[in-house]
Amino acid sequence: MAEMLEVSGLSKRFGGLVAVNNVSFSVREKEILSVIGPNGAGKSTLFKLISSFLRPTSGEVRLKGERISGLAPHIAARRGVVRTFQETTIFKNMSVRDNVIIAHHLRSKANLFGFFLGTGTARADEAAFGASADEILALLGLASLANETARNLPHGHLRALGIAVGLATNPSILLLDEPFAGMNHEETMRMVALVRRLRDLGLTILLVEHDMPAVMKISDRIVVLNFGQKIAEGTPSDIQANDKVIEAYLGSEDEAIGL
Amino acid sequence: MTRNRSMKIASVAAFLAIVFIAVPAAISLSGRIDLYYTLTSVALLSIASAGVWLTFYIGRINIGQGAYALMGGYVSAILVMNHGWSFWPTIPVAGLLCAAASVLIGLPILRLRGVYFAMVTLTLTEVARLLALALPITNGAKGIVSIPLPGALSVFGLTIIPDFATLQNSRLAFYLLAVTLMVVCFAVMYRLVQSRIGKLCQSLQQNEELASSIGVNIAYLRVIAYAVSSFFGGVAGAIFAAISQSIYPSSFTVTDSVNFMLNCFLGGLGYVFGPMLGTLVLYFGWDLLFQTGRLQLLIYSGLMIVLMLVLPNGLLSLAETTRKKA
Repeated sequence: MAEMLEVSGLSKRFGGLVAVNNVSFSVREKEILSVIGPNGAGKSTLFKLISSFLRPTSGEVRLKGERISGLAPHIAARRGVVRTFQETTIFKNMSVRDNVIIAHHLRSKANLFGFFLGTGTARADEAAFGASADEILALLGLASLANETARNLPHGHLRALGIAVGLATNPSILLLDEPFAGMNHEETMRMVALVRRLRDLGLTILLVEHDMPAVMKISDRIVVLNFGQKIAEGTPSDIQANDKVIEAYLGSEDEAIGL
Repeated sequence: MTRNRSMKIASVAAFLAIVFIAVPAAISLSGRIDLYYTLTSVALLSIASAGVWLTFYIGRINIGQGAYALMGGYVSAILVMNHGWSFWPTIPVAGLLCAAASVLIGLPILRLRGVYFAMVTLTLTEVARLLALALPITNGAKGIVSIPLPGALSVFGLTIIPDFATLQNSRLAFYLLAVTLMVVCFAVMYRLVQSRIGKLCQSLQQNEELASSIGVNIAYLRVIAYAVSSFFGGVAGAIFAAISQSIYPSSFTVTDSVNFMLNCFLGGLGYVFGPMLGTLVLYFGWDLLFQTGRLQLLIYSGLMIVLMLVLPNGLLSLAETTRKKA
C-alpha cells in the first residue's frame, strides 16, 4: 500500500516544554491509524502540527511526498489534509445543510467576483454543492435534520455534522480529533461503523482518541505516544502485548487497553 | 417562491418611488427645503454605516469608520482644490484610496478579535484627526474651505449631470445624488450577503478556526470585507465634503464613528437594511429630542439602552416576529 502521509522527526517546543519530540510514522492509503497516549502525551499538539494549525519546531509532514507542514491551515486543507474538531465546533447559527454546503468551498470553480455576479460557473457550483451536501447528509444519517439550525442538534448529531463538514472538503486524509469523546456505548458503536464506512469509501483516516476499546476495534494500526515521544507502533494486538505501552498506562491500564 | 419574488420586486419599486418621487414631491409641497439637507445626510451616513455593518458581518466591531470618511473627504477636497480635478472622479478615487489604506491597516489589525479590534479601530479615528491637523497637505485646523460645487459631468459630449452651481436647487441635486448612491450601495450589499460571499462572511463570524480548516482563506476574506467597508466610508466622506463645501479635522470624530456603529445595532446586525433604518431613526430621533433641551442626551441615551435590552437584534427583528406570528 502506498504511503499517504509521512511524519518525520516532528518536534514542537513551547518554551522549555517539549510537547512532541522527534516523532516519525506514516499513514498508508485507505487505512485507519489511531494515535493514543495518556493525558498530556502530546496527542493534541501532534494533531495540530499535522493539520498545520501549529508550525513544527523541527521535522516535517508530507502528504503524498509533498511537504505540508508550516503552511497555513487553509492551504493544508486545499492540499487534502482536513481536520475535525474535538468539541462541537460548527457554524452554530447556520442550518445543518448550509454548514455542509459552505464546507464545499474548496471545490468551487468560481471566484469571489463570480459569486457576486452570479455567473454560470457560480450557479453550477451552487447546484453541485447542494446535491453533494444532500448526499453527505444522507450518508451520515442527518438528512431529516437538514433544515434545522445547527445549534439545536443533540450531541451525537453535532459530532456527525462535524465529520460531514470535513467530508465536504473532499479530503485525501481526514483527521478526527477524539471522535468518540463523551459518547455512550451505543453512540460509539455507531460512530465506529461510520468511520469504517468512510474508509471503505476510499478515505484515509487518522484519529486521536482516548476510548481504548473503540480504538482497538477500529484501527488498522496504532501509534502510542508518551511524554511527547513515540513508544510503540503496530497492530492492535501488537500494542496490547507491548510492555512499554502497559507501563505507560500503569494504574488503570489493564482495563483501559482492553486486556 | 414566485409570489415571494414579486413581493420583493414590489417592495423595491415602492421604496424607489418613495425616495425618488414621493419625498421630493412632499418637500416641495410643504416648502420644507431644509429637509433635503437632513435626508441627504441620512443617506450618506447610512452608506458609511453599511460599511460598518459589513465588518460586523465578519465578526468585527468596527468603531473606526470616521477615519475613512475623513480621509475620503480630504482626498476629494485636495484633488478638487489643489489638482483641479472635477468632483465626479474624486468619488471613486476617494473610495479606492480608503480601501487601499484599509488593506494596509487591516492586514495587521484584523488578526485581533472582539474588544481588542474595537479598541484599535476606535483610536484610528483619533489618529486620522491628528494626522489631518499635522500634515501640511490638509492645511491643519483651518481645514479646506470654499470647495466649489460639483461641476457638470459629461460623457462623449453628453451632459449627464448639470453643473450644480447653475442649478436653482442644488439641495435637490445633492439629495438625488446621495440617495442614488445609497440605493446602489445597499443593492451591492444585498447581493454580497445573498451570494455565497455572505455565507463565507458568516462562517468567519461564527468560527474562524473551522472556516480555515475547510479551506477558507480567512485573512484574505477579512481584508476584502474591510476594504469594501472602508470604500463606502470614503465615498460618503467625499460627498459630505462637497455638500458642506469644506472639510476640517473635526468633520468626522470619534462620536461619528460610534454613531455609525450604533446605527447598525439599532437597525439590526442580522439585516442588510438594518443600517439604513437605524441611521434614519437615530438621526431623526436625535433631532426630535432637541426640544427637550438639556435633557436631550439623557433621554436619548436612556432610550438607546432600553431599545438594546428590549430589541437586542435591532428594529428589523420586529418585522420578523410579526411575520412569524402571521
